[in-house]
Amino acid sequence: MILEVRDLSVRLGGSHILQGVSFDVPPTGVTALLGRNGVGKTTTLRAILGEVPAGGSVAFDGAQILGRPTYRLVRSGLGYVPEDRGVFGGLTVAENLRLAERGPNPDYETVHALFPELRQRAAQRAGTLSGGQQQMVALARVLLNPNRLLLVDEPTKGLAPAVVSAVTAALARVAQRVPILLVEQNLAVVRRLAGAAVVLSAGRVAWSGPAADLLGSADQTRSLLGVGTMGSGTTGSPTTRST
Amino acid sequence: MATVVLLTATGLGLAALYFLIAAGLSLVFGLAGVLNFAHGLFLSVGAYATWWAAQRWGFAAAVVFGVACAAAVGALVELAMIRPLYKRPTEQVLVTVGLSLAGVALLEAVWGADSRPFPRPQWTRQVVTVLGARVPADRLLLFGAAVVVLAGLTAFLRFTRHGLVIRAGVEDRAMVSALGIDVRRSFTLVFAIGGGLAGLAGALGGVYFGSVSPEQGASLLIFAFIVVVIGGMGSVAGTALAAVAVGLVQQFVNYYGTGGAGDVCVVALLAIVLLARPHGISGRVAA
Repeated sequence: MILEVRDLSVRLGGSHILQGVSFDVPPTGVTALLGRNGVGKTTTLRAILGEVPAGGSVAFDGAQILGRPTYRLVRSGLGYVPEDRGVFGGLTVAENLRLAERGPNPDYETVHALFPELRQRAAQRAGTLSGGQQQMVALARVLLNPNRLLLVDEPTKGLAPAVVSAVTAALARVAQRVPILLVEQNLAVVRRLAGAAVVLSAGRVAWSGPAADLLGSADQTRSLLGVGTMGSGTTGSPTTRST
Repeated sequence: MATVVLLTATGLGLAALYFLIAAGLSLVFGLAGVLNFAHGLFLSVGAYATWWAAQRWGFAAAVVFGVACAAAVGALVELAMIRPLYKRPTEQVLVTVGLSLAGVALLEAVWGADSRPFPRPQWTRQVVTVLGARVPADRLLLFGAAVVVLAGLTAFLRFTRHGLVIRAGVEDRAMVSALGIDVRRSFTLVFAIGGGLAGLAGALGGVYFGSVSPEQGASLLIFAFIVVVIGGMGSVAGTALAAVAVGLVQQFVNYYGTGGAGDVCVVALLAIVLLARPHGISGRVAA
């Protein structure tokens, strides 16, 4: 396993958000982290990355990483694309990418092959880009560097259907090279990308297994994710803030 | 006309001092989120180090020494006292307030509470005729230094990787860390830069006021804070504009109105800007 999460626990502002979350991420493909709004999906990613104080243990490629500074984890090959994209609006596209370079040979070839539009918009301020273009910048930043695992948080949130397709296709290509732990509300995207799924409920793991098994059962998707249809629904309300 | 030119030159000289202090203060707050009340101490260190060195070496070498001392103190304060408290902002503010008070007390203990005459170079005592007005050369020195610093700081933020990290960190320092960058190194750097600039303000303030005193840093710091708020946290260009506005308003109102009215007008200007633009002239954008 590339990532082994055991008994992960997070308290924030008096709330016990994660109450002993345990799951594994295999070294290939996409693992979807699912659940209704507020169950702790984003907090799980942030805890793994060291952005919030957490208890339990997290092993990344065999090494215990909980408590290590975020920048060191990222340098060790843990790429992160946050929910709000984390694009620096006052910097240009080129500056956003240059900032993310970690080594002497950033992989602009892959980035420009996946997102040719970014080359044309290099001098444009990232704050003036559309949501889809900002998502391209956010993904491009992690693709510039060699990573052993990507944590990707709701990459299609708020995007137009055509852009969702483009981002999904890009993630599918990326997943051929590097494993991804994906938080995603759009079940059509999960169906397309994910081989495994972990479902959180009330700060705990409520279900884990092959994504096809979960999405193939209307009863399970209804009871675990709160959606009645299989495949194209979204879990919970997209306007609710994730935790 | 000559009076207006002289007031403008004096106001711009004062603005230059405010800018040199406020630029570092603004970057420190914008990037590290530290409300640094010890910034006045950096100015005093620069002023006294320059004053001490100017009696032994030439003026230029003394200024370099003063700036280096203040930058070193800035970096040391960040490393030793601010860094352990980044997750405790209240304690952080208390530490900077304590440092400021202790610094003044230390300077008073070593060199006394009275002002010390600053050994100004002869050429700064001369006057230059500008549009019919006889303008003291030290005003031009201050203004020229501030323009050079503004240009240098802007180029640093725009064209270097450290500058890029600082500009990004002013927007979202957590995301900078999430890109694999140790943003704490940039915190130390901005403290050193801010300390150095405050030290330069201290050295040039000695020329402008003709003396150095332990309280000088604290009194100038109040107006520097106002400049930072008006200019926008983390914005160097906004800080420069705000410094010019504050310096000119103070000079003109104090001359044409009653003494001290300029300070009241500066506070009124602060209130107006905060009501119209709560994030200041430029908002939280460096450069």
